Amino acid sequence: MSQGTRPPLTGRLIFESGTPESRCVTPPEPDVPDVDMDAALGGMLRREAPALPHVTEVEIARHYERLASANFGVDTGFYPLGSCTMKYNPKIDEWACRLDGFADAHPYQPEVTVQGLLHLMYDLQSALGEVSGLPAVSLQPAAGAHGELTGLMVIRAYHVAMGDARKRVIIPDSAHGTNPATVAMCGYEVTQVPSDARGGVDLDGLRAALGPDVAAIMLTNPNTLGLFDENICAITQLVHEAGALAYCDGANLNAIMGHARPGDLGFDVMHINLHKTFATPHGGGGPGAGPVCVAPALAEFLPSPVVVRDGEGEYHLHTPEKTIGRVRSFLGNVGVLVRAYSYIRALGGDGLKDVSEQAVLSANYLAQRLRGEYELPYDRRCMHEFVLSAERQRKEHGVRTLDIAKRLLDYGIHPPTVYFPLIVHEAMMIEPTETESLETLDRFADVMLAIAEEAKSDPEMLHGAPYSTPVRRLDEARAAREPDLAWKPMRDGAL
Amino acid sequence: MRFIPVTCEQQESMLRAIGARDIDELFEDIPKSVRLKTGVSLARGLSEIELAAELEALSAENATHLVSFLGGGCYDHYIPAIVDAVVSKPAFFTAYTPYQPEVSQGTLQATYEYQSMVCALTGMDVANASVYDGATALVEAALMAARVTKRHSVVVSEGVHPEWRDVLRTYAASGAISVVECPAPDGCIDLDALRSSVVDAAAVLVSCPSFLGTVEDLASVGEIAHEAGALCVVSADPVLLGIMEPPSSFGADIVVGEGQSLGNPMSYGGPGLGLFACRQEFLRQMPGRIVGRTVDVDGRPGFVLTMQTREQHIRRERATSNICSNHSLNAIAAGVYLAAVGQEGLAGIASACVAKAHYLHDALVRTGAFSPANGRPFGYEFALRYEGDVRAMQEALLDRGYLAGLDLSRFGERYSGMVLFAVTEKRTRAQMDAFVEEVVSL
Ligand SMILES: Cc1ncc(COP(=O)(O)O)c(C=O)c1O
Repeated sequence: MSQGTRPPLTGRLIFESGTPESRCVTPPEPDVPDVDMDAALGGMLRREAPALPHVTEVEIARHYERLASANFGVDTGFYPLGSCTMKYNPKIDEWACRLDGFADAHPYQPEVTVQGLLHLMYDLQSALGEVSGLPAVSLQPAAGAHGELTGLMVIRAYHVAMGDARKRVIIPDSAHGTNPATVAMCGYEVTQVPSDARGGVDLDGLRAALGPDVAAIMLTNPNTLGLFDENICAITQLVHEAGALAYCDGANLNAIMGHARPGDLGFDVMHINLHKTFATPHGGGGPGAGPVCVAPALAEFLPSPVVVRDGEGEYHLHTPEKTIGRVRSFLGNVGVLVRAYSYIRALGGDGLKDVSEQAVLSANYLAQRLRGEYELPYDRRCMHEFVLSAERQRKEHGVRTLDIAKRLLDYGIHPPTVYFPLIVHEAMMIEPTETESLETLDRFADVMLAIAEEAKSDPEMLHGAPYSTPVRRLDEARAAREPDLAWKPMRDGAL
Repeated sequence: MRFIPVTCEQQESMLRAIGARDIDELFEDIPKSVRLKTGVSLARGLSEIELAAELEALSAENATHLVSFLGGGCYDHYIPAIVDAVVSKPAFFTAYTPYQPEVSQGTLQATYEYQSMVCALTGMDVANASVYDGATALVEAALMAARVTKRHSVVVSEGVHPEWRDVLRTYAASGAISVVECPAPDGCIDLDALRSSVVDAAAVLVSCPSFLGTVEDLASVGEIAHEAGALCVVSADPVLLGIMEPPSSFGADIVVGEGQSLGNPMSYGGPGLGLFACRQEFLRQMPGRIVGRTVDVDGRPGFVLTMQTREQHIRRERATSNICSNHSLNAIAAGVYLAAVGQEGLAGIASACVAKAHYLHDALVRTGAFSPANGRPFGYEFALRYEGDVRAMQEALLDRGYLAGLDLSRFGERYSGMVLFAVTEKRTRAQMDAFVEEVVSL
């Protein structure tokens, strides 16, 4: 004790703080007559109070400050988590979404009382239509996967209107897990096509997979290897010739703004992850927003409502004629949409182009610096991200991608996306984004090279990493085997 | 450049390092015929000062200082200051999904605590880390019930919010489930009709309170569902659960709900969060992320994402759902809210809402302009029938600074003449008295 010991940052639950008398927020003094609650609630008055914490505000403030200091965010340091576009989240966007005209608006207010909001949403729809080249836009979906499902439902509705819903959706083997999961949720079967030697869709495989029962292809382009599919126009043409539609998973839009538009590449539908390309924060896993953009021929199928502008310049909520229906309540994740609007206005058209250019340049720069020590399975120019493999480290030193990822934590860097895409062994998917300085990129490269040396000189040490984090490697097997998913007062001690 | 720290000179040196002539060369994989020549056709970027002014002007074009009696699934509850202080911490809001638990204990522990609180409120054994909203939570519950029971149809009460039922129908178009709507004349499900429609159903979906505010006879619903081998899915109001017997007591198998009321601003309807909890035996069919408590290699307690073999990144087309990102930050806000109010605070807030709603209900009925739409018990939301022209009434009251409830005719002819009022703890007696006076003077 003589040197002093700090209590751990985490582990002690909020339920274990405070005393039964501790209070933070108390309800207002009653200003109306009492009612008999049990009678009012049809005899359903609660017999036993829910086991919620008893704490003062000070304890809450300290509790969450401790938790926050055990967390790593973009503001903490470099976060090259591939496919997730962990760019800096401008603070003005946080201020904007909290303005009372946005935050305090009720979704059922008369349209005349929310013209500012509807105006903003309308302009956001237009901007996303412009960036995607697919002019009809729904802001409803709450995340990328929700956008995928919405987009696929639009495709299904289109085919049904043409007389046949069709049966299958084609997905490359490099696809993100949400793609096949979405296909299944939309009642379609997945047909997987292989990637070719350059990492793109194998055209012969695609030809073989296509048929009159194919409803769509779902592609990420640039794909999850960070590669732009040079055959994209041929692919979308083949798909259209089969009477199918082309869906673009827009997770990687950050690579191509100002240089290409998915609509011009032959895509009919896409979603955009605003929490990636348009800088809205990820919130530790959401909320995001996954607006869906479609070609004019599909506009009438979009979910209800969309924002329209009438001849007098007034804005309204509108239900498209052949709408698939709603995919959630109300208009969308408006708090997120306001942030994305603010970001787009801050950058403007030229700024968005700069974003993609720097994102691509930074990724290529890092790939160049790392390709000597690590394998680069698809050795060609990448877009905004690239996938390395630690296969050499595994074979020669028994060091796996997981070890490298954990060791990065000791250097204060968030690891890349690991073990994805599935077609690369020991994958490390690195996406620096445009918001990192050259100094940060160089430090990351230096650290990665240093870890490659550590793999040679002291592989055992890497197996034990990390050493400096609030907790070290966790027993995930035990977590799954003996699920402890909620604190229970009976089991864990009285409140 | 805005938010880009690399300088032009550094760009040149980076280009040299990778052996590229210029930036355009990096985009050569894009077929020439479709490469954009004009960039992005949007207006120039704004300085922060210009942008702030534009945003303030847009914000000012929304009337949000009206005295509001609007509800219908989104509620104007008070948000303690501590909630935003917590979710404004960059370490929480700029993090991604906690894939690297060693540096994500903040998000993970806060989520575990949130799950614990949802279990406490609903009486369920396990809760997930949230889904998008109440409507998608209901759909996920229906799909889950179909997997659990290996049956196809779900019976949904017409007392469930019309927008949620719309969402259910949208998802059902894919063929995974079929939806049977069961009449609920007062918001409460018609038990005889339920008995005849529940045969072979995977689940019965009800809302308590219903979207008309009325309290459902959950015990009977649960009994009828279980007799037919169907799961009982209840959508609950998390604030009212501070004083209402949890759905678990009536045999609910899955409890869902919209969690916006727990510390999240209305934000024109989103983002809120979908509450999702169920009985232990159905854990492996639950959608979405789940946080579990475990230990690290040194024996320290810690938290991880667990039961991941249910999820899309592992199970792909056989996953329990396609959900990836959820509403994590909103769930953390809900956890902070529930910690801040505690069990007495939540009960007090819920009681205040109920008492005030009953006060307004009685006062409006006394004016003679309104009559009860049904005689059922209700929480803090109730439907009244208006004798005159609802639209004209609401417009006149809007001019005087009030959002005079929700005109239910937007949900169909059968609701015409009906207005839904919600009263939260933020409304004062003085506001309600003044409102009633305006009604009288119409
Ligand atoms: C390629 C790709 N598709 C889809 C998604 C799913 O997006 P969300 O998490 O917003 O649902 C992701 C997110 O990681 C992704 O990287």
